[in-house]
Amino acid sequence: MIFLQLIWTFFRIGILGFGGGYVIIPLLSSEIARNQWLTSQEFADIVAVSQMTPGPIGVNAATFIGIRTAGFLGGLTATVGMILPSLILVVITAHMMQKFKESIVVQSILKGIRPAVIGLIAYAVLFFASMSVFSGSLADGSFSVEIRGAVIFTAVLMLSIKTRLHPIGAIALSAGLGMALFTLF
Amino acid sequence: MDQSLSLPGKIWILFSTFFRIGTFTIGGGYAMLPLIEREFVTNRKWVTQEEMIDILAIVQSLPGIIAVNASIFIGYEVGGILGAVIATIGLLISPIFIITGFAYLYINVQDMEVLQGLFVGVRSGVTALILLAGIRLGKKVLKGGFAWAVAAASLIAVAVFDVHAGLMILSAAVLGFVIYGLILRGRMS
Repeated sequence: MIFLQLIWTFFRIGILGFGGGYVIIPLLSSEIARNQWLTSQEFADIVAVSQMTPGPIGVNAATFIGIRTAGFLGGLTATVGMILPSLILVVITAHMMQKFKESIVVQSILKGIRPAVIGLIAYAVLFFASMSVFSGSLADGSFSVEIRGAVIFTAVLMLSIKTRLHPIGAIALSAGLGMALFTLF
Repeated sequence: MDQSLSLPGKIWILFSTFFRIGTFTIGGGYAMLPLIEREFVTNRKWVTQEEMIDILAIVQSLPGIIAVNASIFIGYEVGGILGAVIATIGLLISPIFIITGFAYLYINVQDMEVLQGLFVGVRSGVTALILLAGIRLGKKVLKGGFAWAVAAASLIAVAVFDVHAGLMILSAAVLGFVIYGLILRGRMS
């Protein structure tokens, strides 16, 4: 039965997918090929839509694939299957954190982790910038600045520093500027 | 944590806040960091800056989607299992309906120049927002040479050597435990 197959497949992807969208997409790709649910062209389209629409990429892709295989209910089934392992594991972890937060072991672990997370945030900045503000890499000389992206980046940076602009306002502004600049130039 | 609100009041705030986050976050994961920070750290003060960093570390080290894990974690802290479920539903309502629209209408986004512009525009703006959030959180955390060294090492490991973020966090956890839990134990208390 297709619904059971969907929930089981996406449950497994939910367990194996450490690190979000960009890890989950290759997992989805191999599952889809194995089950012959979609052609590779259809899958490429789904990944593109998932990245360009609001929401987590992994959830978007799961919903889309579920719909294409078994309609709207299929989409919901795939999504629920995928987030079920998270729900169980994160609730257990959050519960343990509340219980042992003050212990020296947890405190010392957190003191080690926090600076590493700052490094990962710095990486996220580079990652997002490499898909908008610049492209290519310095290593092979293919580096180039995307002027339109750089203009939007600078505008949002300045406005956020000078005013208390809400991130949602900043995102709406970026979307509007992006559409205008890319249509005009 | 704000004690003045009743549980239904908190649950409603969880739902509506994660609904906004789900509606306005394109790209998932770190793209929602600035929104979560503004709503839960700056405005509501339900989460401190340190807790925000801890949550980021934990949700990345567990299986699953970072944004979903974060909604479950914060939802559970605020309103138990019900809070976790409601926060996640709030996060996912908009994306599910938007994706359903695309799936049934057979819209080919790759041909739509306007959407390409929107995509690059949002990414550019989000780059600036994550940078600012990173600076705010970094000011809190990067005190002393050890912290700077770990931050630099994790950036280089992930960016240059392609080390998985979860593995990086695990290594930092072991390092923190050895240094602060074993070697400097006496000094912490």
